[in-house]
Amino acid sequence: MNLHAIQAIYIYEMKRFFRTIMESLLSPVISTSLYFVVFGAAIGSRIEQVEGVPYGAFIVPGLIMLSVMTQAISNASFGIYFPKFIGTIFELLSAPINFLEIVIGYVGAAATKALLIGVVILITANFFVDLDIQHPVAMLAFLVMICLSFSLFGFIIGIWAENFQQLQLIPLLVITPLVFLGGSFYSISMLPPAWQTVTLFNPVVYLISGFRWSFFGTADVAIGYSLAAIAVFFALCLAAVWLIFKTGYRIKS
Amino acid sequence: MAPIVKVDDLRKVYKGGFEALSGVSLSIEEGEILALLGPNGAGKTTLISALCGITTPTGGSATIGGHDIVTGYRAARAMIGLVPQELALEPFEKVINTVRFSRGLFGKSNDPDLIERILRQLSLWDKRNSRIRELSGGMKRRVLIAKALCHEPRVLFLDEPTAGVDVELRRDMWQVVEGLKAQGVTIILTTHYIEEAEAIADRVAVINKGEILLVENKADLMARMGRKTLRIDLSEPLDRVPEALKDYDLELAGDGEALKYHYDTRGDGTGITRLLQALAKEGLSLRDIETRQSSLEEIFVGLVHEDTP
Repeated sequence: MNLHAIQAIYIYEMKRFFRTIMESLLSPVISTSLYFVVFGAAIGSRIEQVEGVPYGAFIVPGLIMLSVMTQAISNASFGIYFPKFIGTIFELLSAPINFLEIVIGYVGAAATKALLIGVVILITANFFVDLDIQHPVAMLAFLVMICLSFSLFGFIIGIWAENFQQLQLIPLLVITPLVFLGGSFYSISMLPPAWQTVTLFNPVVYLISGFRWSFFGTADVAIGYSLAAIAVFFALCLAAVWLIFKTGYRIKS
Repeated sequence: MAPIVKVDDLRKVYKGGFEALSGVSLSIEEGEILALLGPNGAGKTTLISALCGITTPTGGSATIGGHDIVTGYRAARAMIGLVPQELALEPFEKVINTVRFSRGLFGKSNDPDLIERILRQLSLWDKRNSRIRELSGGMKRRVLIAKALCHEPRVLFLDEPTAGVDVELRRDMWQVVEGLKAQGVTIILTTHYIEEAEAIADRVAVINKGEILLVENKADLMARMGRKTLRIDLSEPLDRVPEALKDYDLELAGDGEALKYHYDTRGDGTGITRLLQALAKEGLSLRDIETRQSSLEEIFVGLVHEDTP
């Protein structure tokens, strides 16, 4: 294991994050605050409670998920796309490192950034609503797994993308709708039965449901399904990344 | 001693069918400087890319320091430093960070003294905290060289290192190359500037259309293939070559003030003695005599030309 290489990539990537620390952290804080103003105060005052939880608090897990997923994807995809774009990828390819080390470095850094942003949002949310996290360890475990698997997913997008438009395509067309329709701001039980069934095909439902369970102890789907969903997604991403490096897809000619 | 770089029938066919390397075999001894010459698209960069792990060869094999570049890639690549042709650098990063990053990537712990020494040698120390995008093209080239050297490679690949750089950098570069050679580092360089190869290489390999046309000791090559030219400056200019000297295939140069005579050092006799006697007999008075060896460039152009029907 080339630990120095992993460390080098990780530190290099984190430096990029800290170079733009204000932008990196300020925008999630502001957008979270806006969500609270709009959903929590304006709309939330008309919705009493969802499954026994005040609406303002109910949307916190969904809000964190939304930011964490998009941030993990954009950080990881940009992290590996940028070297491809400017040509510095040659150095990664010519260094004595294997795919696992490259992935640990890039995905580890992207996941760390996403995790930091998630924690910052959680702290921000605390200023707006009272939060009593029932399963803090499970909450943290869920958050870490989501950060890791979506960073892996972002890494795949970064490898696949051949231009900046493609880099934005999947997050915009797939992830954001899935998160919004995945019960970030409502409970599945509030939907008509037919839509409830459709919603169950959205994998993000399971992630948000599980994460919400760690906060309030209530969930749309059984926690076992949520755990299985995140495990399967993580495994799929890992397999895809392994295949990419095995075949040199879009990195090696 | 076993060669430090051994390439055996290496092939690369790109998707789409273009054969960039069609069976290249090459042995490079430790500590030598090999110049890889060839026209654009000859396969120079592909060969280097294949050896460094940037492209996957489609056939054949190669070893660096006895380590196979595919099965023993870790050990093989740990020995390699690569200065690519493109100025590929992260624009927003500081010089010193990007150099440290390279050292880390190659599995070495940070060594501030060594990095300072390398940056000073390349006149980059004052710029160590500058962002890459603030640097000129020549400075960026220096950063690439620093990145390649900071992990102490035993084999250094320089892909067109002096393309588009100023005289000063070129001079610095040759100093660095000399220093590395003294440390026993093997250097493989591709270049368009043939005088560069002529000045520093021990051996020259000529590649064209994915095939090595020749690998030879530079001095031998020039002696073997070298034609020499004798330039005779005359005291009094001539309108044309005198009738009596027609057999010598002379060429009038410099407005008739000089005569040029081409001869081959490999021949039994150069014909110089006879020519000089003939000149004296014609009553021509000579001001100066100069001989010149044909340059590597002429040899190279001749070779590639021969190869291209």
